[in-house]
Amino acid sequence: MIDVLYFAWLRERIGAPKEAVESQAATVADLVEELKSHSEAHALAFSDMTSVRVAVDQELTDMSAPIKGAREVAFFPPMTGG
Amino acid sequence: MGVRVQSAPFDMGAEVQAFTKAATGAGAIVTFSGVVRDEGGTLASMEIEHYPGMTEKALEAIRQDAMARWSLTDALVIHRFGPLKPGEQIMMVATASRHRADAFQAAEFLMDYLKSRAPFWKKERGADGASWVAAKDADEDALKRW
Repeated sequence: MIDVLYFAWLRERIGAPKEAVESQAATVADLVEELKSHSEAHALAFSDMTSVRVAVDQELTDMSAPIKGAREVAFFPPMTGG
Repeated sequence: MGVRVQSAPFDMGAEVQAFTKAATGAGAIVTFSGVVRDEGGTLASMEIEHYPGMTEKALEAIRQDAMARWSLTDALVIHRFGPLKPGEQIMMVATASRHRADAFQAAEFLMDYLKSRAPFWKKERGADGASWVAAKDADEDALKRW
């Protein structure tokens, strides 16, 4: 099981901050494809991947990153700190 | 002095005083604080969301990067989350170095990086409802100079 976390408008569109998913995905991109099939809300949230960023086990990375053995994958929009 | 992520307000004066006192060997202290704009009276409040756990790690990594790139004796980052009113302080950075150039540059570097590489998201609430603040291309471009 992988904990999938959502922040900001991704959290709002999905309707939950976190879900545990059973996944066979090898990469983040594969996981996104699996998640899109979960619900219309998921499909909508991931419809424009140019505005989605990802962290695997709390490290910023990109959609091609492997997720084998990962405990936590987080999706969020571009960050606006400061 | 490290990094701190908190919902409570901070006292900039007290923070700078403590930072200065601890900055042994420094001849220059640079500080910056970010404040919630009132946007001409249209902003009611700002909500800052963050990623507990990753936020602290990302800020510490950015701070360590600054310490490695410039000759700093110390650096401090404080960033708040939760609901904030116009005029409230959102965050501050302080840098200490022997001469001022390092402290100034490192402070700018810290600001540029924590704007787009630390997991914070801002939501503005006004009379017309709430909306997420979009990241600016200029903020991403700002990283290229370092």
